[in-house]
Amino acid sequence: MNELTTASQTVGPFVSISFAPSLAGDLTVQGVSGKRVVLHGRVIDGDGAPVGHAAIETWQANAHGKYAHPEDFQEKPLEREFRGFGRVMADERGAYRLVTIEPGCTPGPGGVLQAPHLVVVIFMRGLLKHLTTRVYFPDDTHNAEDPVLKLVPEERRATLIARRVATDANELEWNIVVQGKDETVFFEY
Amino acid sequence: MHDVHSYRKPSPGSQPDYLYPPYKSTVKRAPVQPLVLVPQTLSEITGPVFGRNEIAPLDHDLTRQHQSAPLGERMIVNGRVLDDGGCPVANTLVEIWQSNAAGRYRHADDNHDAPLDPNFTGCGRTLTDDAGRYRFVTIKPGAYPWRNHHNAWRPPHIHFSVFGCGFLQRLVTQMYFPGDPLLALDPMYTCIADERARQRLISSFDWENTVPEFAIAYRFDIVLRGRDATPMEK
Repeated sequence: MNELTTASQTVGPFVSISFAPSLAGDLTVQGVSGKRVVLHGRVIDGDGAPVGHAAIETWQANAHGKYAHPEDFQEKPLEREFRGFGRVMADERGAYRLVTIEPGCTPGPGGVLQAPHLVVVIFMRGLLKHLTTRVYFPDDTHNAEDPVLKLVPEERRATLIARRVATDANELEWNIVVQGKDETVFFEY
Repeated sequence: MHDVHSYRKPSPGSQPDYLYPPYKSTVKRAPVQPLVLVPQTLSEITGPVFGRNEIAPLDHDLTRQHQSAPLGERMIVNGRVLDDGGCPVANTLVEIWQSNAAGRYRHADDNHDAPLDPNFTGCGRTLTDDAGRYRFVTIKPGAYPWRNHHNAWRPPHIHFSVFGCGFLQRLVTQMYFPGDPLLALDPMYTCIADERARQRLISSFDWENTVPEFAIAYRFDIVLRGRDATPMEK
């Protein structure tokens, strides 16, 4: 007989008092190799209005495609300084910004490679349980064969791929639309 | 190649839906497109690992983070983080945040006309031990009004954030107090379909861990998704 799992509850409007002191908005710490990227965008609700003060957490592999976790058994280099966890808050205009490194490919089901991506979870007032999604990188040749992207209806895949901002090669824009037109794809597992 | 050791789904009826119109903010924030069911991969069964060196000695004691003690009824909140198979979730980060005894958060957007307490921030963090146990010392939070519906009051509660062993175990929840008449009127509480799952959010009076001449204890166990019996075969 399994125990009943504890219900999720909203973070409410004041989550920043807890998360703000422990933000992790820049993963490019000394000792971590890889291509630096600045990921930014907005969180948007069903009215097209910005969602202020949403909390966004990200989880990713390093540039070699290795996770800083005991269940990653791959024989790949892992920098001692690399954690792979990001935590940022959207401001009152719904804008967030994360500085990180582009992860490498990681193993997927049946030995198929997964394209570089970040797992993203989103918390906000009005959300009774967090949303889980992924963000992929534009023009990456591995995207076409990614086993998770392939399960997403083709017309919605673009919601999971960040856009290059012309002015700066390292800058990527990715909006999180929780409802409505161009709604971001969210996953269940 | 190692197959990943996947997580079971949460118990049926234990989790709220995204859309619950009595909680008005869900109406424009619940996705309307169906969620896409995808396989669990190394990316989701892993997640951040936190170390003891990241926790300051008084992070678990919300009554000793300022010059003087905060006003209000001091209490101990303790319990275990387990998976649904009853296995302890050891060394995982537990974060809490709450209002002060008057029902006011130390947050610029909290406009409730109740006093702030200069001796109370309302945030704590700790790691579970090898048996999945955690313990906080704090003060009992107050009820406060919100504008969801006419004469709406949130029952006193403490927000809990738990990481688990992988991102698939990530959970944010709220702990309530036994015998609270506000619960039946609270959409956060009533959004959960299963009555037993609602009850799981209510802490219990914990006489065993109540400290004489110091503070009453409440017990609140948190159950995360457990592992499938064997690693997934592909």
